[in-house]
Parts: sequence; structure tokens; C-alpha cells
Amino acid sequence: MKTLAIIDYGMGNLHSVSKAVELVAPDTRVLVTSDPAQIREADRVILPGVGAIRDCMAEILRLGVDDLVREVSADRPLLGICVGMQALMSRSEENGWVDCINLFPSEVRFFGNHLKEGDVRLKVPHMGWNEVYQTTDHPVWHNIPDGDRFYFVHSYYAEAEGNPDIAGRTHYGIDIAAAVARDNIFAVQFHPEKSHRAGLQLLKNFVQWTGA
Amino acid sequence: MALAKRIIPCLDVEKGRVVKGVNFVDIRDAGDPVEVARKYNEQGADEITFLDITASHESRDTTYETVERMASEVFIPLTVGGGIRTVDDIRKLLNAGADKVAINTAAVFNPDFVREAADRFGSQCIVVSIDAKRVSGEGEPPRWEIFTHGGRKPTGLDAIEWALKMTDMGAGELLLTSMDRDGTKSGFDLALTRAISDAVAVPVIASGGVGELQHLADGIILGGADAVLAASIFHFGQFSIPEAKAFMKAQGIEVRD
Repeated sequence: MKTLAIIDYGMGNLHSVSKAVELVAPDTRVLVTSDPAQIREADRVILPGVGAIRDCMAEILRLGVDDLVREVSADRPLLGICVGMQALMSRSEENGWVDCINLFPSEVRFFGNHLKEGDVRLKVPHMGWNEVYQTTDHPVWHNIPDGDRFYFVHSYYAEAEGNPDIAGRTHYGIDIAAAVARDNIFAVQFHPEKSHRAGLQLLKNFVQWTGA
Repeated sequence: MALAKRIIPCLDVEKGRVVKGVNFVDIRDAGDPVEVARKYNEQGADEITFLDITASHESRDTTYETVERMASEVFIPLTVGGGIRTVDDIRKLLNAGADKVAINTAAVFNPDFVREAADRFGSQCIVVSIDAKRVSGEGEPPRWEIFTHGGRKPTGLDAIEWALKMTDMGAGELLLTSMDRDGTKSGFDLALTRAISDAVAVPVIASGGVGELQHLADGIILGGADAVLAASIFHFGQFSIPEAKAFMKAQGIEVRD
């Protein structure tokens, strides 16, 4: 039986992610764990995350999750979700600039309190269902219509423009990276576990993806 | 193409059962919140809000258990409110599978609680419920005040100032209910919705008074809300979520199909 480890570094609810994976991949053993041995043995890994980056990175460093993520992503698929995606970037403007794991070169920026689309002011957090346009042909996008909506909730983003690893683009005042991908890593700003059909399809694709 | 405006059915839950009744033809147990939520999920609801209206100490365990069951079967965002007073209450609800929690009375009595909660769990999961009632007379400039205890107790707090204070404290979203309109089916208080929505930088959910589909569209177009919440028009099968979305779309509102 294949196993999937969801890295538990104490930041928020992992119940929804594990239940969603169990639903789409009934023959995969899903472990929510902080045990490095279990994570090393898993066939694929999810790095989730909610809350503020300072606290997330503090726990990631304290538990050695940064090295573990670098290690396991070298030879098996890894999915980053929301702050779990942001943690893979070089650094984040949140909490007065926090250094992140730096597997992707992008910086994570604040939407700001004066975000606009034409004359219309946009609310921050970017909260709700927005369209994701696929910019690469990737197995994780399999059977998901281009432009399908996913659920977002975030105030910080990685920029789409000039992003060498962009896999999906969403517009909210500016173009943001909804997804990035390189080698064995696929990471999304939205919450697939809360994105109904499209999100469940994405998780199913991830479980079937064998990596680069 | 942009962010979709959200339609949020709301379940009032007492001791683990949906109250005020739900009347769907193809549902086995209309009182089970998980069944009702699953039905709305299938219909394409954008989120579910679960209000624990007893919120007594004894019913908490039932609530955690219900939230856990719901989060195992319904893969859209879930907000849980009712009787949240401590950081520990929030932690338990988030661990059970809630994505957001709605804080109401506790914020009025202890505004710092909102800051503490947002610092601890992130603004993205802290919704502050605002129950407001118009206190200005005919012909006066409109003014709304915050009420507690189901609209019975005035607090002397101005609704707009309060909304700004709550977002300063870290609320990531406001659930705005007009106590004048709640249960009347005469539509949202659009002046209130517009005033709060224009004042704050965070998303606003309009609530209280929906009786027909035009009210939902008005909440977005005239009230400037980012999401609309309703209970009875959906519960009794008067309208389905797809009908509401088709209606809103026909008025030019961006919705998720």
C-alpha cells in the first residue's frame, strides 16, 4: 500500500486535508505526522499550513522540516498548500520579512490595503472562489478545466510576473501565482481540500503523480 | 473575470440538530446538520455557516463531533459560530475541521480577544459577527448600534466604528446581521450593508432578512457585500443554490457555477 504523509508541524487543522485525500485515494495510507522517519518512508508528502509565516517558519525550523522537505522532494512528489506553498519561497514580507525554505526563488508579498481593480477597491484577504488559469501542462492539472475556480484565503501572494516556476495564474488586482511547480514539487496558494470537485480532482491527480 | 461573490447557506444548530426545520425532498433526516450540509455542498454552495445557537457548555462536545463529521464529508469552507469565548474554544473547533470561527458577544465584552485570536490562528479564520440595529429616527442621518443577546441588549457602540475596530484587531471577515430585518423576509438593510462594506478593507457577509432571490442580488449590487447568507429560503426548498446563482448571474454578478 502506498503511503502519503501530511507534515504536522502544529499549525492548524489537518483533518480536512487528510479526509479529502482519504476520499479520493482510498487505497493510500494517509499519515498526519511530524515523525521524520514516517515522512521519509512515505511515497509522497504534503506540506500544509495556515496562519502567520513567522510562527510557521519557527516550527518548521524547530522540527527540522526545512531539511526534511529538501530531502524528500528530491526523489518523490511533494504538494505545498497555502502557507505551505509560501514557506517554499525565498522569503515573505509577512511579519516584517521572514526567511523561508527557499526551494523557489520568489518572494511573498502583501496585497496591501489599497488593492484595486479599475475603480473598484478589492477586499483583503483575497477570500473565496477565483479562477485558476493553467500555465503549464502538468499531470496535477489532469481533468481540471482551465479557468476552474478554487477556494483562496490569503493576504500574501507570490507574484506571477517573471516567476520561472509558475504553473497556474489567478488575477486579483494583479496576477498572482496560484500554483508553482518544479521537478517533484507542486505547490498551490488555494485550498484544494476546500475546493469541492476541482480540489478533490487535484488531490487525486497528486496521489497518482509519480513525480518528475 | 474575477473573484466570485459567495452564497452561504446558514444552519442554526441546537444540540446537534438543525432547528427552524429544513425541508428537502431527497434527504433522509432533515435535522442532521451533516446531511443538510452535504446537500448544500452538492448544490454548489460556496461555504457553509454553522451557528450553534445553544452554545451551552454541555452542548459543546456535540458541536465538535458534528463539525468533525461535517468536515469529513463536505469539502467546502465551514464557518462555525456560537458561544466562542476562549482561545481554547477556537482551537478545538479548528482542530475538529472548522475553517473559520465567528466571534460575537465575546468580542463586545472583550475586544482584545479578537486580537489574541487573530494573532494565534491568523486573521483568515477569524470572523466577527456584528448584530446591528438602526437607532436613528425618521429623517435623521442613519446610525446603527451593536446589540447583543439576539438583538435585545444595546451596547451603545456605533456599528461602523465597531466594524473598523474589529478589523483593526485582526478580524479577517465580518458577518453583518441586521437585527431589524432578521426573520422578516423583507431583504437586507442595504444602507447598513453599504456603510459597513465601504468602511472596512475586509470581506463582508450580508445577513438577515432574505425572502427572495432579488434580495441576494441587492445585497451584492446595492449593499456592496462580498457574500450573502440566508437560511429559510434554501431550507424549505423555496429556492435552490443553483437557482440563486443563475438569478445573480443574470444580473451581472460573478458567481461560481
